[in-house]
Amino acid sequence: MLPCTGRIDESLLLKAFENGADGVMVVGCLEGDCHYVSGNIRARARVKRVYGILDTIKIGPDRIRMYNLSAGEGSKFAAYANEFVDRVRELGPSPINLVRSGQVHAVSQKEAT
Amino acid sequence: MITGTPKPIEEILEMVEPYDNIILAGCHGCVTVCRVGGEKEVQVLASTLRLAREASGKTIKIREVSLERQCDPEYVEQMRPYVNDYQAVLSIACGAGIQFLAEKFTTTPLLPGINTGFLGVTERQGEWAERCQGCGDCVLHLTGGICPVTRCAKSLFHGPCGGSVQGICEVDKSIKCGWQLIIDRLKDLNQMDNYTKFKPFKGWSSARDGGPRRIIREDMI
Repeated sequence: MLPCTGRIDESLLLKAFENGADGVMVVGCLEGDCHYVSGNIRARARVKRVYGILDTIKIGPDRIRMYNLSAGEGSKFAAYANEFVDRVRELGPSPINLVRSGQVHAVSQKEAT
Repeated sequence: MITGTPKPIEEILEMVEPYDNIILAGCHGCVTVCRVGGEKEVQVLASTLRLAREASGKTIKIREVSLERQCDPEYVEQMRPYVNDYQAVLSIACGAGIQFLAEKFTTTPLLPGINTGFLGVTERQGEWAERCQGCGDCVLHLTGGICPVTRCAKSLFHGPCGGSVQGICEVDKSIKCGWQLIIDRLKDLNQMDNYTKFKPFKGWSSARDGGPRRIIREDMI
């Protein structure tokens, strides 16, 4: 857990997938409401870049998503979390986890990009 | 700084396809500043390659390294103790750094992870523009600090060509006419006499025309 999405960079997000995450939900403060002015805007750009990377390497861009909330929106947070978890469940395990669990044969490198 | 752009992931994956144990080497110099080959980019590229390779069922081990500079021997030598433990080095430094690694580690294949661009400046975050071609015979004192070799598409030395229209170069509408910029600047500086001064033709022997160049500073050897 990071206290500010401004600290997030692409490598941290990709590491989560390397460590077995099927999806990564990034939750930042409302845009325009960042205590550090632009932390959440920077996070948005980084999430977007990771979205592109995941798309390129066929992990699936929909496995990452950024949400913006205020700290007082607990019920909204729960709703977003449920929505994202449902989405990831629909997508199923990431291709990495499928290969690791032996459920599928690995795709060729060309198919993976 | 020396600028560059990342190679497409697909191209890099194809390059590293024969290997399963490589070094990914970044550089803390120019390529860190232009966000293409620094420590962060090493981390991101390494993760990306590991994920893509694992998804294809052929894992790859990557040692992540960032040298202070890949163009200086004292930093390059830091890799010597372990470089032979790896099948290849993927470098995301500029072409000079990659070649220097290749010269030093002759038995290890070197792979370029970026396309090196030009000597340029950061005009704004995420946008770089060429400013110098290293012609070896600087005339900026005569041209208002604007380089005719670089900023004029034809590297003219006697003023704008017929393709300059309202300050825009005929090559591309996004390119300002270098000579228009020079003349405007000379007028602002009240140095238009520089434009009318007779200048002998430029010698290009100090530029790339003479082949790969070398600087030898006897006072430093």
